[in-house]
Amino acid sequence: MSENILEVKNLSKSFQVGKNLYLKAVDDVSFTIKKGETLGLVGESGCGKTTCGRTVLKLYEPTAGEIKFNGVNIEKLKGKNMLNFKKNAQMIFQDPTSSLNPRMTIFEIIAEGLNVHFNLSKEEKNKMVKEILFQVGLSDSFGNRFAHELSGGQKQRVGIARSLIVNPELIVCDEPISALDVSIQAQIVNLLIKLQKEKNLTYLFISHDLSMVKHISDRIGVMYLGSIFELATSEELFNNTLNPYTKALLSAIPDAEPNADKNNDRIKIKGEVPSPINQPKGCKFSTRCEYATEECHKSRPELVEAKPGHFVACHNYKQFL
Amino acid sequence: MEKILSVENLRVSFNTYAGEVRAVRGVDFNLHAGETLAFVGESGCGKTVTAKAIMRLLKEDIADIKKDSKIIYKGKDVLKMSKKELQAYRGDEVGMIFQDPMSSLNPTMTCGNQIMESLILHRDLDKKEARQEALKMLKLVKIPDAEKRLDSYPHELSGGMRQRIMIAIALACNPSVLIADEPTTALDVTIQAQIMDLLNELKHELNMAIILVTHDLGVVANFADKIQVMYAGQVIERGTIDEIFSAPKHPYTWALLKSVPKLSNENKQELYALEGTPPDLILPLKHCPFAKRCKYGMKICHEIMPDATNMTGSHEVSCWLMHPDAPKIEADFHEEVK
Repeated sequence: MSENILEVKNLSKSFQVGKNLYLKAVDDVSFTIKKGETLGLVGESGCGKTTCGRTVLKLYEPTAGEIKFNGVNIEKLKGKNMLNFKKNAQMIFQDPTSSLNPRMTIFEIIAEGLNVHFNLSKEEKNKMVKEILFQVGLSDSFGNRFAHELSGGQKQRVGIARSLIVNPELIVCDEPISALDVSIQAQIVNLLIKLQKEKNLTYLFISHDLSMVKHISDRIGVMYLGSIFELATSEELFNNTLNPYTKALLSAIPDAEPNADKNNDRIKIKGEVPSPINQPKGCKFSTRCEYATEECHKSRPELVEAKPGHFVACHNYKQFL
Repeated sequence: MEKILSVENLRVSFNTYAGEVRAVRGVDFNLHAGETLAFVGESGCGKTVTAKAIMRLLKEDIADIKKDSKIIYKGKDVLKMSKKELQAYRGDEVGMIFQDPMSSLNPTMTCGNQIMESLILHRDLDKKEARQEALKMLKLVKIPDAEKRLDSYPHELSGGMRQRIMIAIALACNPSVLIADEPTTALDVTIQAQIMDLLNELKHELNMAIILVTHDLGVVANFADKIQVMYAGQVIERGTIDEIFSAPKHPYTWALLKSVPKLSNENKQELYALEGTPPDLILPLKHCPFAKRCKYGMKICHEIMPDATNMTGSHEVSCWLMHPDAPKIEADFHEEVK
């Protein structure tokens, strides 16, 4: 559990949206993930969590920064090495319906990765697909079906099977459950946890469902407007929150337990997220933060280690310690 | 409390090539002024179809509302209303917020015009008065720069703002009932909290009744007064929020409550997952629809449909376990799963 499988340093990704107009989707993000660990990334929509996940897998070219996978900088990888990286780092997509090819059978979809990365005979492929279908809880009769014949939960299982069959080390799960029903969500999350234990997988788990992220993650990073605001173990993040934005985000979760003092202790954030094209000068949250001081409006706080393993980007975190 | 809406034995079917899909199978409930009633259940359980039937929004050539169904609004049967009566009923008496704020607004009309539309139609206001009224509505739903936003098009606004516009449209004519079909599903948690607080405030201010359609038990726990749990087109349990969350009786309700991760849970503890999927709605289902997935299924569950058992005045359960001869089973809705 000690070795870092993924090291991300000062990663930035901007998209050009007009003449001399750039949208900074990911802005100077650094984090590491250890082998066998789950790092959760949470934040509101548009905060850059998905872009971050995709850039890590090189589905997007990073604008700046460094990504190291097993100690190797992936920017310079070419040919065989690149192919090998793509085999070892897989992705599960958010929408199980639009991420499966409607004209391919489930067998073809799952076996596609095998064709690219391994040279196997038909029998071997059949055996492997059957095995993986079993592992994700589908019977092998599903192989001959098409995606439209499956329910949402079954499709997401196919998505998981497809990423697992090439035996990856890292899986980026981009909102794998947000399109599913509550009872099905629990099935998929249990499956992900079970597979992680069996295969020592590493997850980067992107979601906006905070209770689910807390459930599955060892550590959680909170993102706002492209930057990481707080990064800590899930226990620490929920119990000793140091960043005002994280506090507000956590208190907005409606817990499925009705209590007498409903709504009383909820912190209400005013206004909306500023545009990522025209970001505030100082701290990105300063426009909505109730603790904002003059310093917050002027300079941007860096991500510092407030306690061992607990990183926070806020000028005023000391008062919450 | 005054009863404003009652639904009796509502049955809706859709005729498809595969057969008759019985989406809603005998739903009844009463709605009183000033209360929030939540419809909870998995997708495909008939929540939205019920809501749309109340608004008479189902296309009549596809959806078949059975003859003996009744939707009584203030003494009048909605299903027998003429076109003219419906015009007055929709928007004026009952407002609806749709699930997806992105696709439910007209992209070619300014937000102001969309709010004014119903005001001009129902209230007989001229354009100027309607604009004033629309401005008031935008302020009520707390849109910053309300004046400017009147002339904005939906694509210029964020998801949370668009949802507020939808609420403003639905509330423009002061309806007595507001149907909110998954009002926050497409939104972020922080915005969700803002919108739900807003709805709660408006409910008290205008003494509206709200029907909240959702599958998010967290939202329900915080905002509803009464809950009806639906499964395969039927109401299987109903009660006040305390009854459902602290003393649920139906195994399906237990399963629903158990499958949500609590914030107090330990990390990576296995979540309770309900096996299987809901039944095919083409089947006639003469027995309990949940029987196949139910851990406590008895022989009778697979044969005869249970009647609703009245526990207390407001708490009703349709389950054979409630029968005096049934084995007594401990409710296990917050049992820790190892």
